[in-house]
Amino acid sequence: MIEFSFWDILRNLLLATRWTVVLSLLAFAAGGTLGLGLTLMRVSGVPALAWAARLFIELMQGTPLLMQLFLCFFGIALLGIEVPPLAAAGAALTLFTSAFLADIWRGCVEAIPRGQWEASTAQGLAFLAQMRYVILPQALRIAIPPTVGFSVQVIKGTALASIIGFVELTKAATMITNATFQPFLVYGLVAVIYFGLCYPLSWQASRLERRLAEKG
Amino acid sequence: MGYRLNFGDVIGYSSLLAWGAWYTIQLTALSTVLGLLVGTLGALARNSRHRPLRLFSASYVEFIRNTPFLIQLFFIFFGLPSLGLRLTAGEAALLTMVVNLGAYATEIIRAGIEAIHRGQVEAGLSLGMTRWQVFRHIIFLPALEKIYPALASQLVFSMLGSSIVSQISAEDLTFAANFIQSRNFRSFETYFIITAVYLAMAVGFRNLLDRIGARVFVWRRP
Repeated sequence: MIEFSFWDILRNLLLATRWTVVLSLLAFAAGGTLGLGLTLMRVSGVPALAWAARLFIELMQGTPLLMQLFLCFFGIALLGIEVPPLAAAGAALTLFTSAFLADIWRGCVEAIPRGQWEASTAQGLAFLAQMRYVILPQALRIAIPPTVGFSVQVIKGTALASIIGFVELTKAATMITNATFQPFLVYGLVAVIYFGLCYPLSWQASRLERRLAEKG
Repeated sequence: MGYRLNFGDVIGYSSLLAWGAWYTIQLTALSTVLGLLVGTLGALARNSRHRPLRLFSASYVEFIRNTPFLIQLFFIFFGLPSLGLRLTAGEAALLTMVVNLGAYATEIIRAGIEAIHRGQVEAGLSLGMTRWQVFRHIIFLPALEKIYPALASQLVFSMLGSSIVSQISAEDLTFAANFIQSRNFRSFETYFIITAVYLAMAVGFRNLLDRIGARVFVWRRP
């Protein structure tokens, strides 16, 4: 029987943390891109596009992330493709992230005063140019704090990837627990590691929010 | 060679689904009541005159909000027995839900209480209201009214998040789904139907919360 020292446990957990970080970055980048598309659809003024984006957002916000993960995992497999857990988890987290970010960003875009839209339309800017040069730069300023805040939800969401067998921090913890029979220590350490990843982001988000509120 | 979807193999298990859904509803109802209680106490502690209480409440909120629900669940179910606290899956699921929701509720209710203008409290006291009356009519209810939409969203998210308790084999709706798909090998169809059930439950819960809101905050009624 192999004995695991405290350092063995910690080292293996930290090695697995890399995959939590990779999955989070992947989901955040892809989800952000898709989310931007959804935001544009929602504010496009084209009823069919706005409605489709809204339906998607409502569906994602009204169902558990775990179910979205299972549907991606088993759904892609139906096409006859073997799904690596990273791909299924990445896909589910991307869809989840895009829906929530689109909802946050829509609010930011709508907070831009009506006059800005009218003035830029009067300047003869088409929708995309209007967004690119007038609306989005202003919306970005108010969008940053809640976006940073939401990134914490993405990191926490990656823990669910362990359930479909992707070896990231949570899965590594389960495997180490099964070998060492020290669940209190291992899950405690894992909680501290997640806290270390998430807290700086939460802190930054509330700091940015306060700064924005002061500047008005 | 295409795959034919077959939902019939899931419908046969509808009584099992109903049991699972009922469990999820009970878990949600209990954790909502207890979680709001914890949240109220947490928000009071956060505004307390005693520094240790404030510090405790703030660390509780930050620690829970910055760690995944799944880890909290595993820690409580697998980790706490080594401290001598042995819980059944159902108890651990409820405890985790309450601890988790309590932290979010603390933060939301605190924000509402802090948004109440100091002058309102002074006005109430100078009108001869007791401290309890001031708390109830001037601080708590108006604060609750302000943050009710945010709180309602959080409660719905918490209900959806409860699907994770299936991982310690608490017998909720997702647990029923896991069981069914291990019998009929129709994973996609099973989870598809369960997802629809969750969606319906989320819409229903949201509706119920809106009605409760309209009833509690009577003066808002047009």
